[in-house]
Amino acid sequence: MSALSLRGVEKVFNPGSDQEVRAVHGVDLSVERGEFISVIGPSGCGKSTLLRLIGDLTPPSSGTVLVNGKTPAKARLDRDYGMVFQSATLLEWRRVQANVELPLEIMGMDAAERSRQAAAMLELVQLDRFANHYPWQLSGGMQQRVAIARALVFKPSILLMDEPFGALDEMTRERMQSELLRIRAETGTTVVFVTHSIPEAVFLSTRVVIMSPRPGTITEVVDIDLPEPRSDETREDQHFFELLTGVREGLRAVEDS
Amino acid sequence: MSPNARRLLSFLGILAVLVAVWEGYKWMGTATGGVWPGTGIDLPVRTNERSMPHTWDIIIALLRPARRGGDMLLLVLLKAALFTWRSALLGFVLGSAVGFGLGVLFVRSALAERGLMPHVVASQTVPILAIAPILVVWAGRLNVTRWLVVAVVSAYLAFFPVAINTLRGLRSPDATASELMRSYAATPNQVLWKLQVPAALPYLFPALKIAATASIIGAIVGELPASMPDGLGRAILNFAAAFSAAPEKLFASILVASLVGIGFVGIVVLAERILIPPSRRLEDVGEAAGPRGRALKEVVA
Ligand SMILES: Nc1ncnc2c1ncn2[C@@H]1O[C@H](COP(=O)(O)OP(=O)(O)O)[C@@H](O)[C@H]1O
Ligand SMILES: [Mg+2]
Repeated sequence: MSALSLRGVEKVFNPGSDQEVRAVHGVDLSVERGEFISVIGPSGCGKSTLLRLIGDLTPPSSGTVLVNGKTPAKARLDRDYGMVFQSATLLEWRRVQANVELPLEIMGMDAAERSRQAAAMLELVQLDRFANHYPWQLSGGMQQRVAIARALVFKPSILLMDEPFGALDEMTRERMQSELLRIRAETGTTVVFVTHSIPEAVFLSTRVVIMSPRPGTITEVVDIDLPEPRSDETREDQHFFELLTGVREGLRAVEDS
Repeated sequence: MSPNARRLLSFLGILAVLVAVWEGYKWMGTATGGVWPGTGIDLPVRTNERSMPHTWDIIIALLRPARRGGDMLLLVLLKAALFTWRSALLGFVLGSAVGFGLGVLFVRSALAERGLMPHVVASQTVPILAIAPILVVWAGRLNVTRWLVVAVVSAYLAFFPVAINTLRGLRSPDATASELMRSYAATPNQVLWKLQVPAALPYLFPALKIAATASIIGAIVGELPASMPDGLGRAILNFAAAFSAAPEKLFASILVASLVGIGFVGIVVLAERILIPPSRRLEDVGEAAGPRGRALKEVVA
């Protein structure tokens, strides 16, 4: 059973009105457990919408989405999704530890267990020293690591990330990418990752999905056969550059069409 | 200088300016015989002792017996203020609870908001002077203690700002925060108590400050048709009737009434200080910037 299966997925906003937007059109995609899929495409092409369709934040107009063989609604109620957005969206009145505990609190886990698991997760993202800080006391990159810890603390089977590093500077961004791969190696989570950075997509992914401008549809899927585990050397690998070029040409083709 | 000292100093400074303007205007009017200097145009307010007693006469009146052989006026007024404040406090609590409840109801149900909001707004355009006697008469049949009725009048004024700001605060979290809660499969109650209510707290306090002053006005006005002999309402009415004979007493009661209001707001401010960290406090002016505007102002090393 695939972690994710999309068949003929279509999303039209405000159908029938003069503000009708065909955001996503005829998307077919199958993702195996443990894969890291990046979705890349020109801005406004429906990447976020695709992610929201998977995550049951918006229903498809037609087509089917299956997550671990279930409807997105069922998967959401089963807490199969961890979500990370471009803004960390931490609750400013909660300390870092309490922010990470939030999903566990909502699941009704008892305080001691909650605190233990959140602490372990903070260690994984290397923020255990900041457990008692408030979000505003952290840098953007650290806040985003808290958001990742919060998304993974309840061990969701699929992690949905929408340009999570989009607001970070280049140095922080590369560090966060390596960090994310390390965390994923430990948790084995399936990841769907939206980005508009080609190097980011290539560095992180097992496959890169290229989308065309609106109505967004998948035009090409590029297999990223870089050796694992990836490291800073990967970024200097000849094959890394070839793959960058491949994805760039794929993107140029859709933008010109 | 600490911010508190600066605040106290500016308060005293402004007070001194107000006193100076009052006394300066009075002095000018006395000197010119009630006209603008160099013109024949009458001053808008007469400057004689009846219209504008000296500020020190007002203070002295506070320290003299209210009536021959009786208690000091200040004491009489403070007793009345305490009595009024009891109704105002209950009205404040009652009104705030109702306002908060309405805010929650409105954020939960767009239908309730559409249906009820116009009535909530309209309720505040009806003069409280008209509402108060009706409530008093109704409650009279139910045999409710009168000061409780006064509290209801007070609550009638207090609930409105709380309802409006609670609703605004409950709506303040980003859409992404709500979506996160959705992804955790949180129940509506969990969303309310773990996201919306904590987010609304900074919005609640400015409304509570307004509600505190409104509840005192409501209580004073409510005391009149309830013909309560012991409160500030009656005292003000009595001194107003005797205004031409002893104007300083009416001014003195205004002073005490506003001191009670300031004290009440002070308590709310204190609660805000304790409950809301500085980075999340909304300024009373320019609150549009929101709590996030200042979030990164201070960075701890
Ligand atoms: N809730 C919505 N209502 C109407 N139109 C929307 C909504 N969400 C997104 N869109 C439109 O759908 C298109 C795709 O948006 P989005 O998925 O956010 O693009 P991307 O993430 O690739 O930049 C855009 O034209 C956007 O304006
Ligand atoms: Mg987007």
